[in-house]
Amino acid sequence: MHLLAIDWSLLTEKLVLIVVVVLISLVVAMYSTYAERKVAAIIQDRRGPNRAGPFGILQPLADGLKLFFKEEIVPKFSSKFLFILGPGIAMLTAIMIGAVIPWGNKVHLFGRDISLQITDVNIGILYVFGIVSLGVYGIMIGGWASNNKYSLLGSMRAASQIISYELAMGISLIALLMITGTLSMKTMVGQQMDHVWNIFKQPLGFLIFLVCAFAETNRTPFDLSEAENELIGGYHSEYSSMKLGFYLFAEYVNMFLSSAIMVTLFFGGYDIPFVNDATFIHTIGTNWMAVFQGAVFFIKIVLFLFLFMWVRWTIPRFRYDQLMNLGWKVLLPLALFNMLATGSLVLLHQNHWHF
Amino acid sequence: MSTTQILFWFLSILAVLSAVGVVASRNPIYSVLWLIVVFFSISGQYVLMNAQFLAIVNVIVYAGAIMVLFTFVIMLMNLNEHPEIPKNVYLKAAGIIAGMCLLVVLVAALAKSSNMHESLRVGTNVGLIKYLGRTLFNDYVVPFEISSVLFLSAMIGAVVIGRKEKETVA
Repeated sequence: MHLLAIDWSLLTEKLVLIVVVVLISLVVAMYSTYAERKVAAIIQDRRGPNRAGPFGILQPLADGLKLFFKEEIVPKFSSKFLFILGPGIAMLTAIMIGAVIPWGNKVHLFGRDISLQITDVNIGILYVFGIVSLGVYGIMIGGWASNNKYSLLGSMRAASQIISYELAMGISLIALLMITGTLSMKTMVGQQMDHVWNIFKQPLGFLIFLVCAFAETNRTPFDLSEAENELIGGYHSEYSSMKLGFYLFAEYVNMFLSSAIMVTLFFGGYDIPFVNDATFIHTIGTNWMAVFQGAVFFIKIVLFLFLFMWVRWTIPRFRYDQLMNLGWKVLLPLALFNMLATGSLVLLHQNHWHF
Repeated sequence: MSTTQILFWFLSILAVLSAVGVVASRNPIYSVLWLIVVFFSISGQYVLMNAQFLAIVNVIVYAGAIMVLFTFVIMLMNLNEHPEIPKNVYLKAAGIIAGMCLLVVLVAALAKSSNMHESLRVGTNVGLIKYLGRTLFNDYVVPFEISSVLFLSAMIGAVVIGRKEKETVA
């Protein structure tokens, strides 16, 4: 008798996939810190980290070790549980986004077709939104539990920034959803493989989404929540050791996964450009195809990561009122205009271009 | 027990326990956090009923937006500095009696309802976004539009109330 009627093979398959996705996110985030320092060095005409290993390739490991060995400090009057919960939530919400991203089509292993997406829920992109809106809690709880005015101010800034930009982000996506007619990210990639990439249909939507993604990940020019010359360290002023590491690391994981989302939504996901996938898959087989798709997807993500870093070392930080003006008075009306324009074009198209 | 049942019981117990947590916590921040857990477990129940859209909208709107505002207000008011004034014993007794009355009414109403024994229909597609959209924009267009106008007016009202008074020159 089965006490637990569970499909064990499915469970193992998903579990392995989850572990792999989490590991990839973490490793990429780890090496993003290295890449960030190298990019900064190149832009500022320096050498960057070059002591740990050849070309400083072991630098992230050294940084991680340093963070682990540092003293763990919990402020005396802070709520200890919430103080520890904060970075945990930040990391958790960052990693959870990876669940709906299609990393490739499928592989054929052990006589099974394994989809390279943890779950293809039919609300895919809304799930991302739900998780992103929860990301605020990690920062808010951490900032509040620090029992420090600078931390509280930093977390308030971060929270209001994330809430404000979420709005424009959502509306810019509505236009995309009207064109694709689906919320599932896998279906969106499928459509882009057959037709043109969504960036050509929604350039304005992509621009708004990109700016909002910068704001959501708290990256420069939107890193007011940790503006060190006004707020010491922002919401993580009181944090030390690996708890601080979690906050810093969550930012890089967020960067990686938001790049992945932008690639999936606007740049064809794992679609190999200039190649007819249907014929190519016959020549090399399903598994090699998955490898190529994964590699192409990864290259696109790395390009986006580079864009994130490039912007960070080029553009100075906004003032707080400029940030709010940009969000509410520029991006939101633009997103609304984009939505209306797309809606009317879709209607016209359905009506065969007759008014 | 099937997986669905295990999940159902887990989520139900979690929801009830965290609801108790909301009431029992002394610190308002903990209350808000427990309330978020309640929303999550209820969203989980929606997913079990295959109403994914409802589940995720519950998370986005309640856990993601409304609760963030709650936390904002509580954190800025800094309620911890003002210890809670112990309430009157009679007031507590009245609260318990009123709560129990509500519970009795709810249980009585649900026990008599006709679809009490109708088992949970697994695999229906009613809750999926496609069917939801169709129903909303075919059968219920007018109520939908009216409620959106209501929201808009509420929003404008909030802006008007929240706006700074202009300095009137005497």
